[in-house]
Parts: sequence; C-alpha cells; structure tokens
Amino acid sequence: MNRALTLLRRRLVGSIFVLLIVVIGTFLLLEAAPGDAVDAYIVSTGGDAGMIELLRHRWGLDQSELTRLANYLWALLHLDLGQSVTFSRPVRDVILERLPTTLLLMVSATALSFGLGSALGIYAGAKPGSVRDRVLSIGSLALYAIPGFWLGLVLIVVFAVDLRWLPIGGIETLASSKTGLDRAGDIAIHLLLPVSALGFIYLALYLRMMRAGMAEVWRQDFILAARARGLSRRAIVRHVARNALLPLVTMLGLQSAQMLGGSVVIESVFAVPGLGRLAQEAVAGRDTPLLLGIILVSAVLVVVINLLVDLAYTILDPRVGASEVGA
Amino acid sequence: MSAIRRFLRVPEATAGAFILALLLAMALLAPLLFPGDPQAIAGAPLLPPFHDWSLPLGTDRLGRDVLAELFHGARTSLAVGLAAAAAALLIGAVVGTLAGFAGGLVDEVLMRVTDAFQTVPGFLLALAFVSVVGPSLGVVVAAIALGTWTGPARVARAEVLSIRERDYVAGARVIGMHPLEIAFREILPNALPPVLALSSVIVAAAILTEAALSFLGLGDPNRVTWGGMIAEGRTVLRTAPFLSIVPGIALVLTVLGVYLAGEGVVETTATRRGLS
Repeated sequence: MNRALTLLRRRLVGSIFVLLIVVIGTFLLLEAAPGDAVDAYIVSTGGDAGMIELLRHRWGLDQSELTRLANYLWALLHLDLGQSVTFSRPVRDVILERLPTTLLLMVSATALSFGLGSALGIYAGAKPGSVRDRVLSIGSLALYAIPGFWLGLVLIVVFAVDLRWLPIGGIETLASSKTGLDRAGDIAIHLLLPVSALGFIYLALYLRMMRAGMAEVWRQDFILAARARGLSRRAIVRHVARNALLPLVTMLGLQSAQMLGGSVVIESVFAVPGLGRLAQEAVAGRDTPLLLGIILVSAVLVVVINLLVDLAYTILDPRVGASEVGA
Repeated sequence: MSAIRRFLRVPEATAGAFILALLLAMALLAPLLFPGDPQAIAGAPLLPPFHDWSLPLGTDRLGRDVLAELFHGARTSLAVGLAAAAAALLIGAVVGTLAGFAGGLVDEVLMRVTDAFQTVPGFLLALAFVSVVGPSLGVVVAAIALGTWTGPARVARAEVLSIRERDYVAGARVIGMHPLEIAFREILPNALPPVLALSSVIVAAAILTEAALSFLGLGDPNRVTWGGMIAEGRTVLRTAPFLSIVPGIALVLTVLGVYLAGEGVVETTATRRGLS
C-alpha cells in the first residue's frame, strides 16, 4: 500500500500543474471570443447601455484580463466556478446536476466495451489465424470505422422508429412517478441505445488490443514451457489471456478523455441531459463561464480516472513499482 | 515498384487502396460531374432514391441532389482529414523533437503542456475553439489538429531520445553544427518513420471529428459535409431515414479504407524488415 501512496502523492503534484495549464489556456482561449457574457445576456434578455455598464461592473468584466484570470483562479480555490449566463445560476450547481448522468453513461459504455471487447478478443486470440479470428478481426475494424453519432441514429431508426422496442431519447420517462427499482429499470431502458452507440467503437478497440496482445504472448517462452509440461489448452489460454489483459487496463484510462468527448455528440443524438449536452448548450448560448467550467471539470475527471487506473495497475501487477508508473 | 506489388499482395491493403482511389476520384470529379452549387435546389423535395434517374439518390428536405452533395462532401472530408492530420503530425514532430533534443526545463514544460492537451477531451476543445473563432474550413482543421498532435509528439520525443546519443549526432556536434540544425536536419528525418506510422489513425480520427463537428452544426456553413448531411436528414429521420444513412455509409467506407490501407502499409514494411 506504501507504493500506492507514493505514487498517489507524486501524481497529485504533477496533476495540479497540468490542471493549472488547462485552466489558464482555456481561459485565454475563451477570452479571445468576440463579445463577452454581458453581450450574450443582453441578446437573450434585452437591456440598455446603462444596464450593460452595470452588469459589466458587477461581473467584473470591466477589469483587465490578468486581474480576471487571477480572480477566477482565486474563486477556483474556493470551488467557485462563477455564474452561468444562460441558466442564471452558479456554474458548479448546473454541472453537478448533469455530471451523474454522463458518469452513468460512461461507466456503462466502458463496462460494455471492456467486458464484451476483451471476451471476444480472448475468443479470437485463442486460435490465431482461425476463421473466427479473421471474421472478428475484420468485423471489429469495420465497427471501429463507424462514427458513434451515426450508429446512434441507425439504432434509433431500427429499434425506436421501426420496431418500437426502445424509447427514442431522453434519460427517463417524463412525468412518470416511478420510484426505486421501477425508475432504475426505466433509466436502463433509456440508456440502452446511447450506451451501445458510445461503447461499440471502444469494444472494437479492446477486441483488437486483446487479440494483438494474445498473439504476442503466445510466442513467449513460458507458454512453450507450459505446453511442454502438458498443461491443458484451456489452462494455457487462461495464462495467455491474463498476461494480455494488462495493457487494456492502461488503455481504459487513456480512452477516458476521448469517451468524454464522444459523449458530447451521443448525448445530443439521444437528448440525454448530461455534461456533453450541456457543453453544446453552453456553445449555443455563448455561455463562456459554463464552457470553461465544463472543460475544467472534464479535465479533473480525466486526471482522476487515470489516477485510479494507475492505482489499479500497481495492485494488479506487483512487478510495477511506483517509480515506473509515474511521470 | 516491388514495394507496391508487395503492398497489393495484402488483401486488406488492396481493398483499402481501392476505396481510397474511389474516394479520391469522387473528390476530384465532383466539380466536373456536378458543376454548380451542390446546395442548389435540383428537384422536388424528399424524392426517394432509385426513382428518378437524373437524381439517382433522390433529394433531401429542400430538394437538393443527394448524389451531388455526396460527391462534394467527399472533397470536404478528404481535404479536412488530410490537412488536419498533416498539421497534427507537423506540430507533434516539431514539439517532440524540441522536447527530446533540448531536454531539461524545455522538455519538462513541453511535456506538461502535452499532458494538459491530453487531459482535455479533444472534441470538447475543438468545440470550444470553433465556437470562439467561428466555423470555417481552416478553423475546423486547426481545431482538429489541436486535439491530435499529442500522440505524434510523444512518439517523436521517444524516438529522438534514442537517436540523440548516436555517433553521427556527436559527429555533427563536433563539426560545430547549430543545435537547431542538428535537431531538425539530422535527427528529425530519422525520427519520422514511427511518427508517420500514426498517420492512418490520425487521418481517420480527423475525418470522424470533422463529421461530428459538422453534425453539431459547427462545420463550414458554405460547404457540403457528410456530417452536415446526416444532421439535415435527422430532422426527417422517421419518414426518410436514407438521408442520414447514405452519407453515414460513405463516412464508414472512407474511414475503413484509411484503416485498411494503413494496415497494409504496416504489414508491407513489417515483412520487408523480416526479410532483411
């Protein structure tokens, strides 16, 4: 456990620097946008020149760029992300409201893609060069080429419009007073299509990685030794699979940023009220503080997920020391 | 010549090359086969495919020729995909070479910046960038490159670190070459092959990102894009699903072609290495 703690401390220090770069970079990028939050607010509500002056002053927009950046960082220390223009509420509250939905979507999609992907990868990699190996290999490449948002639309056409088996979008049936297990089931049914659309591309990725990893392990000496000792084929496949599984765990962390990006489009396709859809609303409403907050929260999320994955790695593979995982 | 023959002996590579050649022909022939504005109205709206042979794939909600849009969309997809990948590889190679060659503080700073770019979801960054600068073809290319240069940068850095200590680099130092000249004329060209091996993955990712951006309405409004066509068709998804499905199939085939050709190249070079 000591190893894990050393790793944790080292990574936290590094992460703070990285997150600082993210905040400053994003702040400066969004500053470059023509028009500010007051312009966006006035467009949506109307108001005269005096009102504009007053708002600029109240939101601190009449100060210099550097002062505002310093103010923003100072507020961040107090976990204050500022005020959303379109929602007229604290950005933190709006984001916290939407975050669980996106997390649920991501965790489900990851479980689907990792579970099914590695299982199919083991199935294909157990007999390299066989018919099922080639079929799964080509099939996964085709799956890997499908854009998630288009797959989502096709799933909607088939399962929601034609067959009417599943709802067309949303996260749960509106105005239904379902509670407990009923509500959980309702949400699961609503999430089935978005999770598939988001997860399938990664399913292909894990399948291909697993297959390639197993092909690598098959050639190693300890497998030859295991064969020579007369181990059953099942036992050997298990040895191969276990050794090929580790790189996939690393990939789990690396893919988290991409999956978060992918959920922006998927949530838009299925009208799922999560963080991704919020990002799109922020762009449409020129809500700079909200967009800044979403990017920052996403970055923190990615850092945390990668940290968890690295911690899991030190536990799964005792050979990996804290010194090797860092940097 | 033999390299091409070896390439074509891999069945995946042949399929990929065929798809890409077809796509290139579509992109190049679009202004000849379908002169004029592809966004102009060509017939009655929502004409289904294979009904009228002057409009083989039918028309969309506004009566625009779907086949013409598909051909012109190929131009955009290919142009954005190739330009964004080229920009990402260039930025990545330069940053990676600088970091690996300079070492010390420069390396530390550049790699933390790389970390920062990898921490922010690339698509979110592209979304923010396009919304700030405004949608145009160049901006979309820059936005995609912004999220994809980190992979090539890491690979280039790792490669430069191993090349840096070779004898010919020491030789270049001894004859008094400027460090920047050593970095970019002696080391970078030798570090390029593994970086370029990433290009098929990056081109594919760029094409998919461009499609997703235009799907969300953040593409260049003056150009036909496949993503934009899918978004257009989405409004009539119940009655005319083909309007969304057809450009999507074009997208899938394109990306598949890029992957297959990329795998073919890897396999060809791998067998060559194995022989020597």
